Amino acid sequence: MTEIAVISGKGGTGKSSISAAFATLNCKVVLADCDVDAANLYLIFNPSNEEDEIYISGYKAVIDYSKCTNCRSCINQCRFDAISLINDKTVISELACDGCFLCSRICPENAIGMVPSNKSRMYSGSFRNGKMVYGRLAPGEENSGKLVNMVRSKAKKISGESGIETILLDGPPGIGCPVISTLTGVNKVVIVTEPSFSGINDMQRVMEVLRKFNLRAFIVINKYDLNVTLSARIKEWCGQNGIELAGQLPFDKNMVDAMIQGKSIIEYNPDLKISKEIHKIWCKILKTD
Amino acid sequence: MIKIAIASGKGGTGKTFVATNLFYTLLLKKYRAILVDCDAEAPNAVAFFETKEIEKSEVNQLVPVIDINKCTFCGKCHEYCNYNAIFILPPMKIINVIEDLCHGCGACSVACIADAISERPVSLGKVETYSVNGLPALFEARMNIGVMSPVPVIKAAIKKIDNHADIAILDAPPGTSCPFIQTVSSADYVILVTEPTPFGFSDLKQSAATLNKINKPYGVIINRAGLGDNSVYEWLKENNTPLLLEIPFDKGIASIYSNGQLLVKKNKKYKTLFNGLMKTIHQLFNTF
Repeated sequence: MTEIAVISGKGGTGKSSISAAFATLNCKVVLADCDVDAANLYLIFNPSNEEDEIYISGYKAVIDYSKCTNCRSCINQCRFDAISLINDKTVISELACDGCFLCSRICPENAIGMVPSNKSRMYSGSFRNGKMVYGRLAPGEENSGKLVNMVRSKAKKISGESGIETILLDGPPGIGCPVISTLTGVNKVVIVTEPSFSGINDMQRVMEVLRKFNLRAFIVINKYDLNVTLSARIKEWCGQNGIELAGQLPFDKNMVDAMIQGKSIIEYNPDLKISKEIHKIWCKILKTD
Repeated sequence: MIKIAIASGKGGTGKTFVATNLFYTLLLKKYRAILVDCDAEAPNAVAFFETKEIEKSEVNQLVPVIDINKCTFCGKCHEYCNYNAIFILPPMKIINVIEDLCHGCGACSVACIADAISERPVSLGKVETYSVNGLPALFEARMNIGVMSPVPVIKAAIKKIDNHADIAILDAPPGTSCPFIQTVSSADYVILVTEPTPFGFSDLKQSAATLNKINKPYGVIINRAGLGDNSVYEWLKENNTPLLLEIPFDKGIASIYSNGQLLVKKNKKYKTLFNGLMKTIHQLFNTF
């Protein structure tokens, strides 16, 4: 079993479009969409829904006003500034509540209950080149790292059962908890970057995360022709830091047209220059140990 | 003063592009404007301006320190901790704090009956203040590498906003979960930046649903107009969601932005576009 994660630091560099292309090349894959805040790959692959599971993203404190005496014990103890006295009524902000349970434990009147947030779901099924797992975080729900862990363990289980050896993880942007959850213990990491000063900044920040976890990265420069000077700088930086450059891709409007037709660029037209280039990159990533 | 968050579900749709150009437009018109870079995982706004750093403050979280000589291994702290951050093996007299999992809620200190828990601060990141034209105007939230959640750093940056300013622009992180909500919940109005592609559209709907849930008013900017299809336009019409601005797809824009430059400085047409956006915002809020 090989787990390959595709991440970027900066959003919108082309992670999902490139992951979709990887997922439709020669070998079958278990495709796991780990960008649970903004899952998109199901739009292209329209997987069958064979199983869904409820994901409890956390808990929210709720006051039983028939018991509350406005004693302020909870207000004094809450570290998240989530409880306040508004017009002589103790009010908990659902958005600020971290779900730590402390208020419910210390309330002398037992007036605070904890309600699970259970609107998020994890789905799994089949798509045209293998199996697919994806999480969808309900609007406003949180703790996406935990949902990423759930998606990944499901993908591993499916890989074991189906005999499909390659697991491809399409990661979220940023460097925080859902990204760390996507990266821990994977075999290979692909960083999709773009030649902009923010793309480079974010690639370097995400590289520091990889170093912390002792992970090896392959860099793909997407839309390299939008700024060839900066693309050259990325290459130079990779060379200086001993990071493998897996390849570079031109800006190509066909990527968007393919997406609109619900296809990966490979399915849309395997003979395009960009499709051939992606094929080469994927082979390189699979072959390198 | 009014606070406007620039957000999007999907990453890379042009949030920072809109935030920096709008901020600069406001400064040119002599408004007292503030820009807060709330994308603490990947902050990039500061580099677009000629600034001077004037202040730096650490953002800390408290984590428990357990005094093994006082601990009775009763397990109550472990029971109170909802984040599995306290590992305890009473028969072996082992108790450890897993700091990466700790949210700093303080429940363990409350739980401890042996007075064995004290707390120490650990750094989560920092908020840096920069001046533009001699006034503090740019605040950057920057999370440390390896930290799990940017939320406390974002919260600290938003707290720095000086209420004497006319308008604050909050450049939000992507997504629709905690970091996004932390940013938009303190704003009076949210501008969602999207692109007319299936991914952009899907994420726009997710962001809009989140904002509807917390009753936040919002409008939409379509960036890279001309790419993709019409679905987003139809959806905006059906839902009576205001389309605040369209920014055409243009390779030239991408090249200017990629070098860390402001488009309104380089291109008259875009100066006019952003002036228009400023007027639209002005009409939404008669006072600022």
